[in-house]
Amino acid sequence: MRYLPKSPADREAMLKAIGLRSVDELFAPIPGEYRLSRDLNVPRQMAESEIVDYFRQRSRENGEGYTSFLGAGAYSHYRPVIIDALISRGEFLTAYTPYQAEISQGTLQSIFEFQTMICELTGMEVANASMYDGSTAAAEAVMMAVRLTGRRRVVVARSLHPEYREVLATYATHQGMPLGVVGFGDDGQINLQELEKSISAETACVLIQSPNFFGTIEDVAAIAEITHRSGAMLVVSIAEAVSLGIVEPPHEADIIAMEAQSFGVPLGFGGPYCGVIATREKFVRQMPGRLVGQTTDKHGKRGFVLTLATREQHIRREKATSNICTNQALIALMVNIFMTVYGRVGLKELAKQNLAKTAYAAGQFAKHGRVLFAGAPRFNEFVVETAEDPHDINNRLLRHKIVGGLPLKKFYPELGNAALWGCTELTTRSAIDTALRVVAESEGSVQSAKEEAAKEESVEELAR
Amino acid sequence: MKHMTRKATRHVNQNEGLIFEKSSAGKAAWKLPPLDVPEVDSAKLLGRSERKDLGHMPEVSEIEIIRHFTRLSTWNYAIDLGMYPLGSCTMKYNPRVNEFVARIEGLANAHPYQPEKVSQGALRILKTLSECLIEITGMDAITLQPAAGAHGEMTGLLMVRAYHQSQGNARKKILIPDSAHGTNPATAAMVNYAVENLKSDSNGMVDIAALEAQMNEDVAALMLTNPNTLGVFEQQIHKIADILHAKGGLLYMDGANMNALVGKARPGDFGVDVMHLNLHKTFSTPHGGGGPGSGPVAIKKKLEPFLPTPVLVTKSDGTLGFEYQRPQSVGRVRAFYGNFGMFVRALAYIQANGPDGLRQTTEDAVLNANYIRKGLEGIYDLPYSTPTMHEVVFSDKLQAKKGARTMDIAKRLIDYGFHPYTTAFPLIVPGALMIEPTESESKEEMDLFIEAMKSIAEEVEEDPQTVLDAPHSTRVSRLDETAAARKPVLRWKP
Repeated sequence: MRYLPKSPADREAMLKAIGLRSVDELFAPIPGEYRLSRDLNVPRQMAESEIVDYFRQRSRENGEGYTSFLGAGAYSHYRPVIIDALISRGEFLTAYTPYQAEISQGTLQSIFEFQTMICELTGMEVANASMYDGSTAAAEAVMMAVRLTGRRRVVVARSLHPEYREVLATYATHQGMPLGVVGFGDDGQINLQELEKSISAETACVLIQSPNFFGTIEDVAAIAEITHRSGAMLVVSIAEAVSLGIVEPPHEADIIAMEAQSFGVPLGFGGPYCGVIATREKFVRQMPGRLVGQTTDKHGKRGFVLTLATREQHIRREKATSNICTNQALIALMVNIFMTVYGRVGLKELAKQNLAKTAYAAGQFAKHGRVLFAGAPRFNEFVVETAEDPHDINNRLLRHKIVGGLPLKKFYPELGNAALWGCTELTTRSAIDTALRVVAESEGSVQSAKEEAAKEESVEELAR
Repeated sequence: MKHMTRKATRHVNQNEGLIFEKSSAGKAAWKLPPLDVPEVDSAKLLGRSERKDLGHMPEVSEIEIIRHFTRLSTWNYAIDLGMYPLGSCTMKYNPRVNEFVARIEGLANAHPYQPEKVSQGALRILKTLSECLIEITGMDAITLQPAAGAHGEMTGLLMVRAYHQSQGNARKKILIPDSAHGTNPATAAMVNYAVENLKSDSNGMVDIAALEAQMNEDVAALMLTNPNTLGVFEQQIHKIADILHAKGGLLYMDGANMNALVGKARPGDFGVDVMHLNLHKTFSTPHGGGGPGSGPVAIKKKLEPFLPTPVLVTKSDGTLGFEYQRPQSVGRVRAFYGNFGMFVRALAYIQANGPDGLRQTTEDAVLNANYIRKGLEGIYDLPYSTPTMHEVVFSDKLQAKKGARTMDIAKRLIDYGFHPYTTAFPLIVPGALMIEPTESESKEEMDLFIEAMKSIAEEVEEDPQTVLDAPHSTRVSRLDETAAARKPVLRWKP
């Protein structure tokens, strides 16, 4: 076996040194009836070339080379080549969690820089070293708010990513945390009147997403005002990190739970991604996950260590802030390198291109379908309602090697034939135009477009 | 330094500041293509939501970024440099073909919501890996969704709770041996179970009499690591399972130490009802400085209705798809389907090994641990003489007499060119040295390790101060962790 560095003679010599005749004796502690006396029924040992062929074949069955208009919590942005070049260095790739600080300064300093940049981008004072993903980060942020307020009720925006809501429901089930849901208005933003009614003196926090699942940017200041009035905390989930280049961060939030996948992490069929929690300094001791802090060695030299470990499971066991142990360090490194490449100016320009592509696409789609939620600002996603079932539209698009928007009926039955479309800097004008032609092929959509066109224009007029 | 090491030599490495200290306005490492749609006025589109300034984000050129991270990387120890004997962490070789195949375009760029008809390749990978892991564990079904081991524990206990609830009583507590990982009790708390400690017997195994006394209808499950954190196989495993099952309890196995069993024994055969695996331990996906992991949970048939949604199914036309309507499911534990990139790597590892390679891997891992035990026995105190599987736990009892504790010995090991073993764990061994070589070490590398450990033991006798002040050869000496925690500096400030 090519990964094993021993010759038969080595094995013999080692057995002899231990004083054993055969390797079977090493497994004597396992009662005989449980020792496997046959081969495992798994694929036979394959050559490297066969393994590569196998996965190339799977890749071809997997929409290789398709253009996609999907977003919905997983975004296709350009990944600078140096990301993979750098994270492939064995010293990053094959190191463990940096508990032994003296020989882990590379990982530790890079996490410290990551924490700093997340703070700069989110406007928060502290950020952790990462969480599993945006959904679990949101759930953990809510549990953090429950600990901080000593209250248990949670109010969740219906415009939060539906799968994030499902994950929160799972986490909350056995924590005695009743969840209330607040709907959205015609502009796609959270319904403020409904929000106000749903908050009580028992509310620990309100969890919203901005830009929300529909791409709509929430009025965070107004939501925060209502939330804080009752002493509850505001938790803001950010699923599209690139928005931070051009959209004001939610300064009024108490906790931000992010998904940083947009920053240089491959789509990879949904993972691994990179969650992060950022918050105010005064809440840091209730924050889950690893944290890197700056300190000095005995000669006064600057160095970095994992710190505030008394929050964590390996010290506090059942009293820990979370059971989280392994997180997403290598993915956080991808994110770190991405943020460094684009930096202060590039991130803004990148976000602006996303905005421009989406504005163009939404404007074009408005000619053939009804673009919902036009009354509020959006970042790089928009919702289109068509007369035709979007699944049928998508089936036609697939013939052109295009993956259309995400049909929303599954998550929002009330939205009928609506689909969530997204553009990034990688979406070309010609792809938008082609997709639009296919959408317009449907008589019904064209028909509905004619009906809605006049109405739409007046709404857009109002928005201006 | 009295004893020279054959393994490592000091050499120059580069100093490097924080990236923010290299930044200056006007430098850039990015270039966007020309916009092919009309420009927009962001102020007009976004109104008061428009962001004007990105604060102190860096501005640097590409070569500076390459040098920055390359320099940082040289300050890390890594498996690629040498033995990384962290007990319980299974720091084995991370094959490069895994990295290569995970980056093939149709897999790396697949969107989780792309239609199932153009996702058959990814779904086939999920299916094949699931089948392999079910076969390896001897269980009946699996979910790949959990993002790491602790997340798998949570998922497993959620299923345990749902199972008991379906029997009419969710029960109140989880039994956890005193040798367990910290994640076990932390997880039980997250699922709202009380934790009851179970003591180990003089052999380091579950005390059967104590288990019998503590087991009752309030106990939902026992969370057992097998082999346990002493590297000892629970020889009474069937008895343990019987005691639990007799009172309606379930046996949860923490699969952190599965590297001792693959191809040699299957938890499903010895009474385990639910277990998680760590793909980043047993199945060679890289630790990456602390993740990403992946923590699939394998279960027996009776727990199947409670699997998290969605569940992978074969449809009537033979294609693969996800089933979302599962009324008894514990729900979803993360968005999308899990750390897919890790599934690709784990499957590539299984394929590279095959049944014969997997068995040989396990045999070599256990052989290596026993070789180290033989080499260091008598020099370091062995608190439990029970047979060793894939890892061996010594204590610092002999060296502590001279004032050198496990952490000091560990720090000195760094000067000899090795990563330290796991210190001060498991908690049942005061001053533990927990050593897991994995199968990836050659005899030569282990001989160097044994030699280094012997040399350190001599130093403790002759010149303990050298050990107490270690490491001597690193960029930074021991760091002030107390100060770091007392006045936390968690970000750079201008």
